[in-house]
Amino acid sequence: MIRLEPAGAEALMLVLAEQPDAQLPLRIALLAERIRDELGPLLRDLVPSWSSLLLHYDLSRTDHRQLAERLRPLLPRWLAEPLPAEGGRLHQIPIWYAGADLAEVARLCRLSVEQVIELHSATEYRVGAIGFAPGFAYLGELHERLALPRRSTPRTRVPAGSLAIAERLTAVYPQASPGGWHLLGLCPWRLFDVRREPPCPLLLGDRVRFLAVDEQTFRAEGGPL
Amino acid sequence: MNGLRVLKPGPQSLLQDGGRHGWQHLGVSPAGPLDLHAAAWANRLLDNPWGTPLLEVALGYLELESELDTWLALTGAQVAATLDGAPLPPWSRFPLRAGQRLKLGYARSGQRAYLAVVSGFRATPQLGSVSTQLREGLGGLQGTGEPLRAGDLLPCLAANLPRALSVPWPYQPDYRAPARLRVISGGDAASFAPDQVQAFFERSWQLSPQSDRMGARLLGEPLVAPTRQWSQGVGRGAIQLPPDGQPIILQADHQTMGGYPILGWLHPLDQARLAQCPPHHELRFSPVDIGEAQAELREFYRFFGR
Repeated sequence: MIRLEPAGAEALMLVLAEQPDAQLPLRIALLAERIRDELGPLLRDLVPSWSSLLLHYDLSRTDHRQLAERLRPLLPRWLAEPLPAEGGRLHQIPIWYAGADLAEVARLCRLSVEQVIELHSATEYRVGAIGFAPGFAYLGELHERLALPRRSTPRTRVPAGSLAIAERLTAVYPQASPGGWHLLGLCPWRLFDVRREPPCPLLLGDRVRFLAVDEQTFRAEGGPL
Repeated sequence: MNGLRVLKPGPQSLLQDGGRHGWQHLGVSPAGPLDLHAAAWANRLLDNPWGTPLLEVALGYLELESELDTWLALTGAQVAATLDGAPLPPWSRFPLRAGQRLKLGYARSGQRAYLAVVSGFRATPQLGSVSTQLREGLGGLQGTGEPLRAGDLLPCLAANLPRALSVPWPYQPDYRAPARLRVISGGDAASFAPDQVQAFFERSWQLSPQSDRMGARLLGEPLVAPTRQWSQGVGRGAIQLPPDGQPIILQADHQTMGGYPILGWLHPLDQARLAQCPPHHELRFSPVDIGEAQAELREFYRFFGR
């Protein structure tokens, strides 16, 4: 049951499911693409998230009623479209597992450091949402043995490129920012750069694998000194 | 290129335009002026199109020296502006000659003044906008999201206009008047206990000094919020209720997604009023119908040519 609800005077919220599931991000990415193709000129921004899609519309051209009327007949068709077999591009991202919280995470999870690295890098993750900061991609689903609540006191500054975990999620901080996740390692690549097109290589529904590399490879891949 | 030299930057003077739209799916905040009403008038006084790059000057204390002859317009907070020592009328456009000094004093009423120049200040846009986003390090004169600094040059063109002009006085807001802000209901309001929504409208709130361009934080007797687990896209004006029960109203530099329950949305034109309230100002809220808010907003956009 899809719900369409006004979100203030200039946005329409599409709630697509009450609970997210593994395939939903890819489906929402496809839906966002269809909506962009069909109704692009009426919209200023589309914000997909775990189980919803927020459409910021141009009030000079439409409103929530008109937009909902145009979307209603199209939504079931788009949502019934088969998903691409593979689904989402695969990114292989090098990580030097030398984060400030690695030993602490191992202790809290009753694992060795090697086991933490192995469990973290063995999973293929999917981009479930992008937000919090430019290019910050929420990746799911982290192995249950690594699930920890957020740190009780967030750090005021997490270095750019930090690979971190919290609950059943993992992510790389594209810029230095405050953050409350546990730091496992460092990624040598810039994951958000306005000079590139697109500025963020990870898109909703994409798949991600982390490759454990040593310090030397990290530096060779452009990691900061 | 010539322009205006910054002698004193003030506590936080930011280059802003119509905002960075079309990138929220990658987590990029739209930014833009906090007070769209005052910013729109500043550009309109100079016949600039909507969203022409101008300065948002928080609290005043800005001092500039011109290298060329042009015209400026100043709106928003009353900042006791002087040109070579001679007082300038509020909400007006005025000529500025090479070598002249413009000085903005302390904001006596309102929090943010808007200073526009004919055809706008020039900077290289990033993702389609020069709007300064401090947290994301985007926009501004250098493209690094920094506020103005002493010694900066604000590049602009020489220009001449026929005569002085002021905004008609009924359109000049009195920022000292009590702030009664209108709210469009929706979001998770239905999952709040009914007496909590009522309490939000009946109680008086104070603007917290911890407010910033990202969010206006309210202080008052805490409300009881329902829980919501999954983050959703959020927009400007959303009234979020975090677990401490003190509402946060999202402003121009808002994050793109949020997980706190939403009680409703501030009327977009009342966001401008909120932007001019000093810390500890008393705020009261009343409900408004969405259709009524949209009609007013459409009229506002039509008038200013957005």
